[in-house]
Amino acid sequence: MTGLTAEIVAKYNYWLYVILMMVGLYAMIGKKNLVKKLLGMNIFQTAIILLYVSSGVKRGAGIPIVDKYKALAQGVDPTLVVNPLPHVLMLTAIVVSVSVTGVALAVLLRIYREYGTLEEDEILEKIGK
Amino acid sequence: MKRIQEKAAQRAFGDNQIIRVSARMMVPFIQLFGLYVIVHGHYSPGGGFQGGVLLGASYILLALAFDLKTSLKTFSESMNSILGTTGALIFVGTAVLCALVGGLFLDYSALEPLLPLGPIEWRSFGIFIVEVGVGLAVMSIMLSLYWDLSSGGELDEGL
Amino acid sequence: MKAIALLCSLITGAVLLYGVQDFAPWSDPASPASTHVSSHYIRNSVPETHVPNIVTAVLGDYRGYDTMFETVVIFCAGMAVICVLRRSKS
Repeated sequence: MTGLTAEIVAKYNYWLYVILMMVGLYAMIGKKNLVKKLLGMNIFQTAIILLYVSSGVKRGAGIPIVDKYKALAQGVDPTLVVNPLPHVLMLTAIVVSVSVTGVALAVLLRIYREYGTLEEDEILEKIGK
Repeated sequence: MKRIQEKAAQRAFGDNQIIRVSARMMVPFIQLFGLYVIVHGHYSPGGGFQGGVLLGASYILLALAFDLKTSLKTFSESMNSILGTTGALIFVGTAVLCALVGGLFLDYSALEPLLPLGPIEWRSFGIFIVEVGVGLAVMSIMLSLYWDLSSGGELDEGL
Repeated sequence: MKAIALLCSLITGAVLLYGVQDFAPWSDPASPASTHVSSHYIRNSVPETHVPNIVTAVLGDYRGYDTMFETVVIFCAGMAVICVLRRSKS
């Protein structure tokens, strides 16, 4: 048991993100309302973004903005700066998530205009008729 | 409590002197901060995406505090499309210009013959040009997303 | 349906948590993500681009191709929303 507790304490961030991802996955599969499905997808994306960003953290390191002239004269010590690559990747991922949310909301508006509801089973009923 | 709620329900949403005046006062400062975030992205947290979202949010605040027509009056729909296209074009145009001048695609140091800054400074300056393009594109797309989603594509009624 | 969803998410979470035990601990300076290629960017981005913000340097220069298509993606999203929703006024 101490082994498991030590494991959870050492990697608590990954455990939290996996739980967050499970919430999102449950909302995407289990909910009937399309807006709730979309919110579940957003939670899922947030979990993945947090997972990547947290992989860039280093103990005792500062933000990835350095003093230009000092860096040109002496160079930068990589142990004093957090890993900037996950930040860059997730900056673009956030923008993609915003775009996807916008397009999905537009499609949901069209669906609501066409069928008068956003419940999945009612829409399927109306299509089947 | 109930009387207050009934009163609030009767009044039009956002039709309040305090909201109008404070929104009108805050919008220029939000835009200034958005420009600062874009331009100062080399030296502080920020860049095109974040500053573009801030610039778009200032117009969205205008649309929320007044109504959609006011925000369309201050920033017209055609101007929005032109700015968004220009932003995307600035980025792609810079990339293609690098290739045309004789360097590699997106290698900003190849732009040196245009303005003698030195290849390393040109890389810094090329990032700046690109960030401005990204900021314009993101601002216009955020605004057009809000307009279309809040009014259902009609652009006359809605929030 | 709810039971299936709960089962699916629980199984996926269990598999992912099983995989987590191979990850490096939180904020470990010796983790693979911090030791492999990132130190090259941290050391060389300022002398090569003269941009103090490493994130901006990587975003605009080293990964410029990615950012360019990022802009194209968000532009396409705006166009798609306009095409799906907007109606002509006449």
